[in-house]
Amino acid sequence: MKEKKKWYDYLWIVSLTYLILGFFNILFAWLGLLCFFIPLLIAAIKGNKAYCNKYCGRGQLFSLVGGRFGLSRKKDIPKWMKSKYFRYGFLIFFFAMFFVMLWNTWLVFDGTRTLSTAVTLLWTFKLPWHWAYHGTLFSDGAAQFAFGFYSVMLTSTVLGFLTMVLFKPRSWCVYCPMGTMTQLICKAKNVTLSQKH
Amino acid sequence: MAKRKATVSISECVACGCCIKVCPRNAIAIPNGVYANIDKELCIGCGKCAKECPASIITLEVTEA
Repeated sequence: MKEKKKWYDYLWIVSLTYLILGFFNILFAWLGLLCFFIPLLIAAIKGNKAYCNKYCGRGQLFSLVGGRFGLSRKKDIPKWMKSKYFRYGFLIFFFAMFFVMLWNTWLVFDGTRTLSTAVTLLWTFKLPWHWAYHGTLFSDGAAQFAFGFYSVMLTSTVLGFLTMVLFKPRSWCVYCPMGTMTQLICKAKNVTLSQKH
Repeated sequence: MAKRKATVSISECVACGCCIKVCPRNAIAIPNGVYANIDKELCIGCGKCAKECPASIITLEVTEA
């Protein structure tokens, strides 16, 4: 029985809009924090992965482009990519890079460094992105964070698209750091739950 | 006659929920966010979830009874 589409089945539009907005005004990148806090809060409070399962707009985007539009080879993901070593390793790497980004933001906040209007793709390639910067009402650090955070989002989208094409549409879900983290939270919650009973 | 049912490799499941969305019988749930649970009573062994699973960890197995 094919169920009627729910409101949250259209959240891919939100994800797509987010990516596009970053080309016009980088400050919109701040909104991406929602994709960080909502899944963590759901996992921590409700103890489930409802975010991945229902609301993740990025996952929906991948299944739309890879599935419906057929931009995917639909091959099995290599064994090493679904191993715990890789998943946890990628989570740690992702977070290390995230903290480097926060550190760079801090350096701009306290005036040690000047604002760099570039988006760093795949933690390596600096793409000029000045056209999306029209000044900020706040500290330059607030803009630096936007550039840094958008870099994180764009990098993970590019990786996701790459594995979507090579393997199955939602291959990103296998090694998504947020997914790995929320699963770990749910695991921890279940252990404490089963100890109570 | 041996019927085949979807079986999840629990330790490898990433609990993404792709399988839930494609199941025509609503037989799959991820109650605690750790792994997918398949209701063997409802499962008809169509294999849609196995095809969809991005980690390819769902297989169709002959189950007893």
